[in-house]
Amino acid sequence: MMHVLTVHDARKAFGAVKALDGASFDLRQGELLALLGPNGAGKTTLIRAIAGRVRLDGGEVRMFDRALDGRHTPRELGIVPQEIAVYPNLTARENLEVFGGLHGLSGADLGRQVDWALESTGLADRAGESVRQFSGGMRRRLNIACGVLHRPRIVLLDEPTVGVDPQSRDRIYDTLAALAASGVSLLLTTHHLEEAEARCSRTVIIDHGKVIAAGTTPELVDLTVGRFRIVSLRLNTPLAAIDAARLASDSGVEIDAADATLVKARMRDVALELPPLLDTIRAAGRTVDDVDVRGPSLQAVFIHLTGKELRE
Amino acid sequence: MIGTLLRIGYLNLSRDRVALSLKFLLPIVFFSIFASVFGGQGNAQTARINLAVVDEDHSEFSRRLVAGLQNDKALRVRTTADVKGAGPTLDRALAEQSVRSGDVPVALVIPPGLGDSFAKNGFGGGGAAMQLLSDVSDPIAPQMVLGLLQKVTMTAAPDLLMQGGLRQFEHYAGAMTPQQKSAVDAWMPELRAQSGTGVTPAAGRPAGGSGAMGVSVDVVDVMRSHSNRGSLVSFYAAGVGVMFLLFSSVAGAGGALLEEAEAGTLERLLSTNMGLTRLLAGKWIFLALGGMAQLTVMFAWGSLVFGLPLSSHLPGFIVMTTVTAAAAAALGLVLATLARSREQLSGFSTILVLTMSALGGSMFPRFLMSESMQRVGLLTFNAWALDGYLKVFWRDAALWQLWPQVLVLCGLTAVFLATARMLARRWEAA
Repeated sequence: MMHVLTVHDARKAFGAVKALDGASFDLRQGELLALLGPNGAGKTTLIRAIAGRVRLDGGEVRMFDRALDGRHTPRELGIVPQEIAVYPNLTARENLEVFGGLHGLSGADLGRQVDWALESTGLADRAGESVRQFSGGMRRRLNIACGVLHRPRIVLLDEPTVGVDPQSRDRIYDTLAALAASGVSLLLTTHHLEEAEARCSRTVIIDHGKVIAAGTTPELVDLTVGRFRIVSLRLNTPLAAIDAARLASDSGVEIDAADATLVKARMRDVALELPPLLDTIRAAGRTVDDVDVRGPSLQAVFIHLTGKELRE
Repeated sequence: MIGTLLRIGYLNLSRDRVALSLKFLLPIVFFSIFASVFGGQGNAQTARINLAVVDEDHSEFSRRLVAGLQNDKALRVRTTADVKGAGPTLDRALAEQSVRSGDVPVALVIPPGLGDSFAKNGFGGGGAAMQLLSDVSDPIAPQMVLGLLQKVTMTAAPDLLMQGGLRQFEHYAGAMTPQQKSAVDAWMPELRAQSGTGVTPAAGRPAGGSGAMGVSVDVVDVMRSHSNRGSLVSFYAAGVGVMFLLFSSVAGAGGALLEEAEAGTLERLLSTNMGLTRLLAGKWIFLALGGMAQLTVMFAWGSLVFGLPLSSHLPGFIVMTTVTAAAAAALGLVLATLARSREQLSGFSTILVLTMSALGGSMFPRFLMSESMQRVGLLTFNAWALDGYLKVFWRDAALWQLWPQVLVLCGLTAVFLATARMLARRWEAA
């Protein structure tokens, strides 16, 4: 797949602080790429460098195989900032007309793009209302609409779903998916790891100014925590202490200390390892009310790579 | 519980430097400014009054009177067209023009024959009265000159005064004896020696008005012939208008830049490649147009309700309003780019606008301030703007005569814009 954006060995320091320390990754055409990292990892600096708002000390950013100078925002780029960067006293349509005009759209083309943006973000029926009257989710959608209005080929989105309800979040990701399907490449930052896992085609994890992992979720799992499943069994009655100890020694399972009805086991092959565990439980005179099988999540990968300590 | 609330209030206040400075520093700053303006700091001299003198009499008395006025420390007397004594000697027309143009607030015309009349009659009158040509926009200067004139008249020529008095005495009471004449002749040199020393003869006393017991003086308002109450309103319209123009320009610039920066729209605007220079230019033009509209509405209201002669001074009004609004908008951009937050901007602007308004004459006429404060006032934007409006509405100045004000305000605009552009570099690519 064609690389539309390549960041190579990006370096940037603000005084003694190294915001970027050799970050490298690429964005492919038509993909939705998640850029993850703890607070202060360098995500925003990286996004701003791509957007031409930060000049790199070293390395380069290439867009469509053309090196960027770090001073100008490429025309092919659309930017959706984390802030709701729209004018609250204007209507949704007026906001779109203003930003469309600044991006060089005019006349019938501007009208067509405004209509398209309103339609695709579900704001067409509220186009004439002041943004001040909008809900948080509607403002977020308008924020995105303003960033994609001018038909950019690459869109940078900084936490586009922060503070919105699940319905708006779904709508936002539907919009982004439609853009990706039309060939637009999207790079988004988020702290919602489950969203990134469910909605993005690939993930780049950055920490201390470096890209420390990149790939699909299964690839990242293989690279880090390894493939296994967590099997949780809910019993009808608590296990006696002696049964719990035997179960733990025979099957290598963990019994929740606070809730003796919950049994958790880590399995590489569920089909092979689960039946003997069920037999052991049955032999102890218990029945299983519920079974939950989960693979390692992006969250596990993220914590594995970046650690559990708080970042300031 | 109350104690906890007090602690919260104290901690919040002590860690907000802007709020803290506004609370304590601002009152001190303003107290100092107003004390300087109105109180003269206790030792500053009152402003010397510029007085143009036209001697049409050329008598011994008029020469001594002029010399007496020149010696008075409260006056700065000029008898020529040029301040430094160069140029033609002032005549009535030139003196009146000086008052009209605002070069001097008051001019004294000593009419022909006054010396003769004085020598013959003393204060007995009969001759032509002196004329004080005045600009009523300064209500203080004519009154002060009037009082000083009476004093100087008494002290400048006591011997002539006495001679006139004796002639009157002889006219009504009969001739003096040789012994009496001899005694008077012996006294005359002593009186002549007193002239110009500021010592009032024991026999004399200060006049209570324009000639009741002293010399006869007619006060002539040279502005009234072509002005009216509406022109006086222009003082207030300009003073208040410029002060509020500054406030609204600063608030508008803050909204234009700081709010946009905080909301993220500034970043979005800059990502369209319009560039910071064009962005600032756009904001400045909008603010300037808004300022022009604000001043226009204010003067139009003054015209409709208070009879301000706007329509007859339209070209000058347009010129002054354009350059004033342009400079105010540029100053607003400087403050908005200097401040890091709305709170800082509010603090800066409150201090700066009120200070400039106090020193620049928006709150109190500059001509009533001490000379040093008047000079300090010229450092402010307000003083130049108000002087320009004054020329337009009060002095009926031709457009070309506005060049000093226009030049300074245009220069300030350029400096402010360059400063704002430099300060706005923080929003450019890091």
